[in-house]
Amino acid sequence: MEEYLFLMHIYVFVLAIFVGFELITKVPPTLHTPLMSGSNAISGITVVGAILSAGMEQFNISTILGLVAVIFAMINVVGGFLVTDRMLKMFKKK
Amino acid sequence: MKAVIEITYLVSSILFIFGIKKLASPKTARQGNLFAAIGMFLAIVATLLDQNVLTYEWIIIGSIIGSLAGAVMAIKVPMTGMPQMVGLLNGFGGGASTLVALSEYFRKNPNYPVDTGAAFILPVDQGIAIILSLLIGGVTFTGSLIAFGKLQGIVTGKVVKYPLQHPINLVLLLGVLAAGAFVVINPDNLNLLFIITAVSLVLGVLLVLPIGGADMPVAISLLNSYSGLAASTTGFVLGNNELIIAGALVGASGIILTIIMCKGMNRSLMNVVMGGWASAGTTGPATTTSTKGQVKSIDTEELAMLLDAVSSVIIVPGYGMAVAQAQHAIRDLMNVLEKKGVNVRFAIHPVAGRMPGHMNVLLAEAQVPYEKLYAMEDINDDFPNTDVVIVIGANDVVNPAARHDPNSPIYGMPILNVDYAKTVIINKRSLNVGYAGIDNELFFYPNALMYFGDAKEAITKLVNELKASS
Repeated sequence: MEEYLFLMHIYVFVLAIFVGFELITKVPPTLHTPLMSGSNAISGITVVGAILSAGMEQFNISTILGLVAVIFAMINVVGGFLVTDRMLKMFKKK
Repeated sequence: MKAVIEITYLVSSILFIFGIKKLASPKTARQGNLFAAIGMFLAIVATLLDQNVLTYEWIIIGSIIGSLAGAVMAIKVPMTGMPQMVGLLNGFGGGASTLVALSEYFRKNPNYPVDTGAAFILPVDQGIAIILSLLIGGVTFTGSLIAFGKLQGIVTGKVVKYPLQHPINLVLLLGVLAAGAFVVINPDNLNLLFIITAVSLVLGVLLVLPIGGADMPVAISLLNSYSGLAASTTGFVLGNNELIIAGALVGASGIILTIIMCKGMNRSLMNVVMGGWASAGTTGPATTTSTKGQVKSIDTEELAMLLDAVSSVIIVPGYGMAVAQAQHAIRDLMNVLEKKGVNVRFAIHPVAGRMPGHMNVLLAEAQVPYEKLYAMEDINDDFPNTDVVIVIGANDVVNPAARHDPNSPIYGMPILNVDYAKTVIINKRSLNVGYAGIDNELFFYPNALMYFGDAKEAITKLVNELKASS
């Protein structure tokens, strides 16, 4: 099973790429900037890894790297979603 | 508990997918963003429940610092500064991936922090994932910082050439991959791991530095894609499907935008990445031979009179509008013209501005309704039936040479056919060349009139004149 796990991840990755292509091609040019900042915020999902690194019991180099990673990822996440919302609020019909 | 966490990750992934799906229309887009944010919140909560998370103080401290910094940036940034904001956020995402990969390396290493003498066995797949995380994350981090610097004006926006540019980058990339293979086989080699990290960071600088300001839409899109791929590789390191999915979605998004931007300039990705129009290859001597004719200009009063008697106007904004912060003045112009019964629309070239959709956001900020903004392919056939086109701060994207002059560096690039309109007004500060460094023959056309002045000042004057005359 263990050796197939990696293949399963590849499998998920490839399918997700296809889903991404399908979804993104439907976004109109007018929303390309919010799409970019919004998807950018989603890429802040690395915060999951950062939390796992920062939450280890002993305080060592892994935890320090994790702490900085949490800061970086949270800037990415919070900044990304907020700024996207700020932009989307402005898109109004007549 | 493990099952609860995994199911939460699944729900979170679904929320990301629905969130992006809802971005397909301005009506639902805001809700979509909220969906994605909820997805992120769930993912964070699920991770906090993970049995490997034993202490919370560093997580809490890091989250507070990061959230505050992110919130301040998001609230403070002006809309004209959006390209550099997105660039910077990209960089933080990439940086986080690099840090997590390094952290995971140390965590898996039994000889750290205390040398136990145990053999360090790193499964090949995880080893590869760590190396790729370091490479992609590192390139994204420094590359985005350089892009930010260029857009902010800290680093030169010009095409920067350095000797042996391409061979150096290729050697560095191959070097990283070779060293990476070595580390995968001999995981104990810590120094090599640091070298890989350092070289990846240098590579990010070297790759983005040559890219010129007007090519930034491509660079930013590409870095966006990298930040997604970096998240995916981190997912492979951790064996976490949610990271793989979310990263793949973002990676796909960035790639699609990159392709759209390249098509908008009729250039290959390679050509943009290699840096600048100058490397287009077959351009030969710079096209300075364009037929110089008489340039006619028009003053505010005459222009107001001209606009008093028209029924349709198309406004073409470009990066100059962003620089001059003229979007609010342009909104006033739209309003005053519409009061006179003129049909006013906006034509947006795909690569206008410094990032995809840049013009749309600025005009939305000025409360121009989004139905008035037309993509190039939707409005290009309407120019012949249009009385007046007003070009504000755009240049190369309206240069007719792109259609007919094979010697022009921009030949083949799709342009807005503004010259087909009855009259073209070009607002510009001077007759300077555009980004491509070539004369715009449009200025010499019989139906073209130059309206000189800073975009914001000139348009405001025009609006006042129009109001006075009505």
